[in-house]
Amino acid sequence: DRSSGPRVSDTELRVYKDPSKDELPLLPEELVQDSAKDVTYICPFIGPVRGSLTVTNYRLFFRCTDREPVFGLDLPLGGLSRVEKIGAASSRGDVSYGVVCKDMRNLRFVHKEPEDSLKKSVFEVLMKFAFPVSNNMSLFAFEYKQVFPENGWKVYDPLAEYKRQGLPNESWRISKVNDHYELCDSYPATLFVPVTITDEELRRVSSFRAKGRIPVLSWIHPESQAAVVRASQTMVGQNGRRCKEDEKLLQAIMDANAQSHKLFIFDARPSVNAAANKMKGGGFESEDAYQNAELVFLDIHNIHVMRESLRKLKDVVYPNIEESHWLSNLESTHWLEHIKLILAGALRIADKVESGKTSVVVHCSDGWDRTPQLTSLALIMLDSHYRTIRGFQILLEKEWLSFGHRFQQRVGHGDKNHTDADRSPIFLQFIDCVWQMTRQFPAAFEFNEYFLITILDHLYSCLFGTFLCNSEQQRLKEEVPKRTVSLWSFVNSQLEEFVNPLYVHYPSHVLFPTVGIRHLQLWVSYYIRWNPRMRPQEPVHQRYKELLAKRAELQKRVEELQREAANRMASSSSERAGSPTRSITPVQTFV
Amino acid sequence: MLSLGSVGAKSTKPSFVSYVTPEEIKLEKEPPKKLKHPDLLPGEVEFCSANPILKYTQDDLSQRGVFGTLFCTNFRITFISDEKSQEETTKTFKNKLYGENDIPLMFVDHIYGVYDEKRKLITGALVKNKYPSKIIIHCKDLRVFQFCLTYTKEEDAKKIFQGIAHHCLEEKSLKCVFAFSYTGTPSPEMQRKRETILFDSPEDWTQEMKRTKANCRLVTENENFELSQRLPKYFVIPSALGDLFSYQGKGFPIWCWSHYSGCALFKASLPPVTQEDGDFQKHFDIMINAVAHNYLYSAKTEDLSESLPTIQDIQQSYNKFKQFFLIENSTDFWLSDMKWFSSLESSGWLDIIRQCLQKAVEVVECLEKDNTNVLITEEEGTDLCCVISSLVQIMLDPYYRTLMGFQSLVQKEWVAGCHAFLDRCNHLHQKDKECYSPVFLLFLECVWQLVQQHSPAFQFSETYLTVLSDSVHMPVFSTFLFNSAHHRESVLKAESPLAQSSPLSCPTVWDWSVQFDSKAQNYFFNPLYSEKVKHEKAVRKPHKLKHQRQLSLPSTAFKTPFKKGFFKDETDSLKKMLRVKRLSRWMGSPDSTAAISREFYESWQQRPLDYHGLLLPCLDGPAVRVWMQRYLRWIPEVHILGGGSVAVMTKLMELLSQVQDLKRVLEQRDSSQAAKPDHRPYIQHRLLSFGSSGRLPSSFPFAYSRNRSFKPIIPTGLMQCLMLTDSLASQEDEASSFVSLV
Repeated sequence: DRSSGPRVSDTELRVYKDPSKDELPLLPEELVQDSAKDVTYICPFIGPVRGSLTVTNYRLFFRCTDREPVFGLDLPLGGLSRVEKIGAASSRGDVSYGVVCKDMRNLRFVHKEPEDSLKKSVFEVLMKFAFPVSNNMSLFAFEYKQVFPENGWKVYDPLAEYKRQGLPNESWRISKVNDHYELCDSYPATLFVPVTITDEELRRVSSFRAKGRIPVLSWIHPESQAAVVRASQTMVGQNGRRCKEDEKLLQAIMDANAQSHKLFIFDARPSVNAAANKMKGGGFESEDAYQNAELVFLDIHNIHVMRESLRKLKDVVYPNIEESHWLSNLESTHWLEHIKLILAGALRIADKVESGKTSVVVHCSDGWDRTPQLTSLALIMLDSHYRTIRGFQILLEKEWLSFGHRFQQRVGHGDKNHTDADRSPIFLQFIDCVWQMTRQFPAAFEFNEYFLITILDHLYSCLFGTFLCNSEQQRLKEEVPKRTVSLWSFVNSQLEEFVNPLYVHYPSHVLFPTVGIRHLQLWVSYYIRWNPRMRPQEPVHQRYKELLAKRAELQKRVEELQREAANRMASSSSERAGSPTRSITPVQTFV
Repeated sequence: MLSLGSVGAKSTKPSFVSYVTPEEIKLEKEPPKKLKHPDLLPGEVEFCSANPILKYTQDDLSQRGVFGTLFCTNFRITFISDEKSQEETTKTFKNKLYGENDIPLMFVDHIYGVYDEKRKLITGALVKNKYPSKIIIHCKDLRVFQFCLTYTKEEDAKKIFQGIAHHCLEEKSLKCVFAFSYTGTPSPEMQRKRETILFDSPEDWTQEMKRTKANCRLVTENENFELSQRLPKYFVIPSALGDLFSYQGKGFPIWCWSHYSGCALFKASLPPVTQEDGDFQKHFDIMINAVAHNYLYSAKTEDLSESLPTIQDIQQSYNKFKQFFLIENSTDFWLSDMKWFSSLESSGWLDIIRQCLQKAVEVVECLEKDNTNVLITEEEGTDLCCVISSLVQIMLDPYYRTLMGFQSLVQKEWVAGCHAFLDRCNHLHQKDKECYSPVFLLFLECVWQLVQQHSPAFQFSETYLTVLSDSVHMPVFSTFLFNSAHHRESVLKAESPLAQSSPLSCPTVWDWSVQFDSKAQNYFFNPLYSEKVKHEKAVRKPHKLKHQRQLSLPSTAFKTPFKKGFFKDETDSLKKMLRVKRLSRWMGSPDSTAAISREFYESWQQRPLDYHGLLLPCLDGPAVRVWMQRYLRWIPEVHILGGGSVAVMTKLMELLSQVQDLKRVLEQRDSSQAAKPDHRPYIQHRLLSFGSSGRLPSSFPFAYSRNRSFKPIIPTGLMQCLMLTDSLASQEDEASSFVSLV
């Protein structure tokens, strides 16, 4: 039964077909911690419902008892960002609890305080298990021991991926300089750099790039050899420091591509912010120091702006939508404008690489937020491999996980400090951009929308180890691949759920999405999925699947008939000699 | 604050060259001496022409163009390029009456002239003085044309400009409409006669009453328009209504459609009731009474002019709305992109669509849930009444979701129903624009919302709706040319003796072969349409059940109405009597109706979706969308090469044809009793004229992108896009950890 699997409920309230059964689907190693009867869930859509609440070490489970049919609320504790008592107990001893979730909803419960003051309320237990890191416990991912047919930790092999791109080659080599994460602790161990640059030079470059995140290769164009290179900002500072090794490295990157005598440096930030960074020692490449390089600012804002934008979006869509001002409210969140800027940035990068045959260097401040957004989107546009299910997994493993997007900090796994300024929906924003592309190119992606939503659900769920920790080094230290299950183990063991039936594999197609806001949409089936009125409809896919099934059925019948006919021909010709009359016997009697 | 421009970067200047002076444009080659002439339609006459004229290429940002000749005929403005154009011949979705360089005169919405770099709206006054260096034509199908007049001789330029301005902008008489000169022979098949019901005969109405099991009375007394010239020739009224001549001058309920329960929808042209007017109140009561008698003595009435926007509101809103799509150049496009959502909202167009759909849902609720007769009224009874009654019928009756059913509905409610197309579309460019309003377009917009939300329920495609919305302005068809049945008849009668032999030979718009060949007409059909499962086989669980909604709440609202016996309960009847009095106006405050119909929608939504049953639209903010195909088809900046819904449709049609081929193979085998092994290839990949490239632009089948170089469209003017002034924007990503490496 799927409902007992590690699937996050796709509707707010799940209906139970057989209410007589006690249907708490427990996962391996999942243990009930506490439960309480007579809890009221104040559903923003259908009003208060009474039922029982169960807290396990993985989930919160509410089962309503006073309605027909019986339904429940089932969400992983990892999705909670805040649990708090609202106000004091009422005269009847009722206490209100608010639960703020990371997945765009707020829940509200009312519960009678236990009369025995020694007994803990179920919500105290909830607060403990919702934030295991703050309570010195381990995340559920480290307990969960489900075995899947495939091991998702083997999905990404850096050498195999670079080999697919034709690397190493005469211009690019593997460097072992970061084998033990000494050069840069947030970078992967495997780095590709121009052959003309020595490891010693790389060490010098690392002191000139923020957090030691030196320019390294992300992707290379199979024909033109134009490369996408990622980095962090240069530590120019107010005095305009220079670093000749860094200049040499960028020159070498340009020289590695014979097709172009230019290099584009894309700084993801607004130029004002980039300039302001000089005050703090950072900055950007000056065109004086870097001959033949052209610097372009992409005007994408920082993590704080994005966090605030999503907060506003939540206000606008949850729980109810104000119809008469919906569009201007949506505009005031700027969410889609940020999406537009990110997509436009990636489009410009992809255009320079594809149409201009020019190598590009992409960076922001630290090179772990806006940079992976841009590089991975550009790579999706350029390389059809990343539009397959496995290719997309590789892309995430490579650009996001191995290159140190700080998932722990940005999501705040198991941490109760919900006001942490390091939290930001950067990865969500990237997935949103991918979704926008899947809308514009409905047949170009092997995966469906449900795949993207599943990734986001498990970004928060803490069921799988995939999105834990901040860097490759940390994940190795914590033995995450050994001690946890990969999300890809789960996904790749039931691929049919995630396949887009419309997919056509065109290996050489480059996708240039339209970034005009007229073609961007709010991702209703993610952001507004809790609203039962906005239930998504996917008749196209549904109908397409039906047709596929129909075709398969018909094809089978045609083949069967052909085989029968062939058999009959064969047998009739062999028997003809003996008994010619047999040949007109209907086919059926033979079978 | 520093400018967000380009510090260190070479500024990419927006490619906006406002109005290129002619000298800047390189002549690609000398115009040939011999003039090419347009292929004229039967009855088309050429008025004037000018050469060389430069037509700016729409989807080229560099403001370059093509030289050619501009003609003005009694049907269209047409541009014929000096160069050979291959586009037209390769087009699979070609309109036989006009091509991409033709502007039928009735399509012209506004003409602007550029005088010394200043753009002015051309009205009659400007024409006499001088001609502009460039004219910009905005069309009703949202195309924008730009022609440069400075290369041609002054007198030619003046002549063509004045000709165009005169024929497109000046008020004219109905006789000047091209339909009256058009002598195209009607297609021999005349298929439409069989399929689309025109509702111009008593039989059509009787048939419709029979189909819906209506219990009403057909009125034939108006055959010669003796009752009223504003009423249809034939119509149906509640059987309880007596002698119609006694109500002359006052409106009365006209039957639209009957629900299977027996209750029915009526519309009437009634001015709003004023308390002082006792006489009118009395009339109104009689009418209500007649409606209530139709079924179980129940009735609700709704004055649409009270609860919906006026036709002037509709026109103003649409005028604002369409401006966002009449894009002249790339810079305009990106500028308008910035405030896109708030601009849309300020036009109010989507909100008007929502209000109409909302009102239709309310009426549906009365019919479907409460089984009450409904009477909708408005002063004229032929504008919003048509919108609402047609929408109600589409939501309730799957027949109207088929192509022929939909066409019949348009005939029934709009054409035979006397919607004043001539005035509302302003076909004659009357200066008094009070009566101009895109009411029919509003209806199509509402239908589009339903189509995009519940695509498998409709046999026709959005392409069909888009083509229909264009065809309203095609001056070849009689369908949308008149103000009422009486108007149509009187004009046609007066016309036919002059034309000596046959009566006026304008085809109806439903004769699609006039515009498109049969291959192109394939695009009118929706490959997603799920045909009704035939009952012959044991009905397996229809696929829609898979679509079952997860959240199912106690549904009290949706018990199937139990069959009512022949004997009406006395008390029941009495209660109903009271109800009529109470509900003679619409229920309570607008807020409560919204809440009630919200409930209605939700309980509907919880049931398994049946595409051949009741269909309701979701009306929450994000669900009401812009009709992308209609409005964005000519804007190259938003064309997605190899994407958009075209990509899905291609795949679907491909698969569908494979399934059909397989079926055919099986049928053949069945019939031939598998006598011989069949070596014929059994799957023929019939790519239904989509071509196999897989790289069609999203604007297909309308605009073809000439930009085949796969260059992306990089927004210009992004810089001004997001000026955030709050403190967050200037904050550092991680201020604390920053210093360490310096």
